Amino acid sequence: MGSWSPYDDNGGTILAVAGEDYCIVAASTRMSTGYSILTRDSSKMLQLSPKVVIASAGMQADAATLHKNLQIKNVMYQHNHARPMGVSAVAQLLANTLYYKRFFPYYTFNLVAGLDAEGRGAVYNYDAIGSYERCGYFCQGSGKGLIQPVLDNQLKAASPLLVPAQNTLSNLPLDKALDLVKDAFVSAGERDIYTGDQVEILIITATGTRREELQLKLD
Amino acid sequence: MKLDLSVLDAPRGARAMEQGALAPDLDPKLAACFPLPAVTDLDSFEKEVVEMVKPSHGTTTLGFIFKHGVIIAVDSRATMGSYISSQTVKKVIEINPFLLGTMAGGAADCQFWQRNLGQQCRLYELQNGKRITVRAASKLLSNTMFSYRGMGLSMGTMVAGYDTTGPGLYYVDSDGQRTKGQRFSVGSGSLYAYGVLDAGYSHDMSVEDAIELGRRSIYHATFRDCASGGTVSVYHVTADGWTKVGGDDVGELHFKYYPQPELHPSNATEVLA
Repeated sequence: MGSWSPYDDNGGTILAVAGEDYCIVAASTRMSTGYSILTRDSSKMLQLSPKVVIASAGMQADAATLHKNLQIKNVMYQHNHARPMGVSAVAQLLANTLYYKRFFPYYTFNLVAGLDAEGRGAVYNYDAIGSYERCGYFCQGSGKGLIQPVLDNQLKAASPLLVPAQNTLSNLPLDKALDLVKDAFVSAGERDIYTGDQVEILIITATGTRREELQLKLD
Repeated sequence: MKLDLSVLDAPRGARAMEQGALAPDLDPKLAACFPLPAVTDLDSFEKEVVEMVKPSHGTTTLGFIFKHGVIIAVDSRATMGSYISSQTVKKVIEINPFLLGTMAGGAADCQFWQRNLGQQCRLYELQNGKRITVRAASKLLSNTMFSYRGMGLSMGTMVAGYDTTGPGLYYVDSDGQRTKGQRFSVGSGSLYAYGVLDAGYSHDMSVEDAIELGRRSIYHATFRDCASGGTVSVYHVTADGWTKVGGDDVGELHFKYYPQPELHPSNATEVLA
């Protein structure tokens, strides 16, 4: 008899790109288990505030619970502070929430994306137990090995660790970055069985959040 | 004076569960309380978990005390299995303006527990009216590590700082080990770093030479260890606190140290010319 595991990987890819005054977050909407497709239009993202979005790849049951818990804490914060959470606060909150399940982790690979206090794009990437760092762009999930090198090639900026400091955000304009994101997903959809169907894209700017949907192949 | 003996009470986690209180991470009063999965074989489960989630790993870090204070040098690569998850990880954690902690092993474990150490150090300052010593800070961390011993935490850190007794450097790891010393290197690339560090070290080095030694040791470790790379960051700790004195890309350092790559010592010499 095989042994039962509480974990399952539902596949899918997420990515986020930060710009000078925008942030793009995208997530594929296919949810799978093994070789079966469970649904073609599930969302992996949670918008906590007009300026902050969380996207989670990996096990969607854990992602759903994680998003629920984060929303609870987000609402409590807003009641206590009379204002929405900033992106750096959400980033730290998610890290702590993940680490408190250090011995029975959320099997989720997360990205926090939004605009920081100065209006510049911010992306934070996480491992499953909560280690995090701010970056200019990142992707997670089943297609990350296919997409990350492309982003490195097109968007690579200087490391934030260099002394003297150099600019770490790519200066690609919003429309070019959006085209890159769409191309990346189309390509990933060709080579990753778990990426396909549609891509949900949220574009966060100072004026608010816009939603776009990209159709991918259904095979 | 009334002594605070609350530390001898029954573990708060157990009590809270009985009373059906809020889940540990929603209840602000239960700090650092970790629920465990209700499985018969915890060790096997935790092993499986590590296999599955592959927390970020891999590194080279080093630290040494010399005449003019403490030098800390680290790389910036994080790996998840064989995938390089980041080349820009901050492996020096700035606990407070006079204390630094390094990151080796599990990134989340290091980040979380060193942030927790920073909180404890701040509480010490408020309760005692003075800054904590490096000796005491490292002990707080090692005691925390010891209490989670055997549970799968992975952390190998150096706590470095400057206090009233002078420069301090302690190695603390997740087995509960705590060792005071003059020179340490920690991580998958530590053996390579030790070779260069031990050969070039002298207590009376100038500050410039010490910084360069730290930088070169990490560079050589990134050259040979596949789990180390990215950017070398160098910090200098003195009586006035720490400053970041170097941040160099290892790829650029390679060509700076070996401007003619074809003459690099690692290249094979042709037997049949």
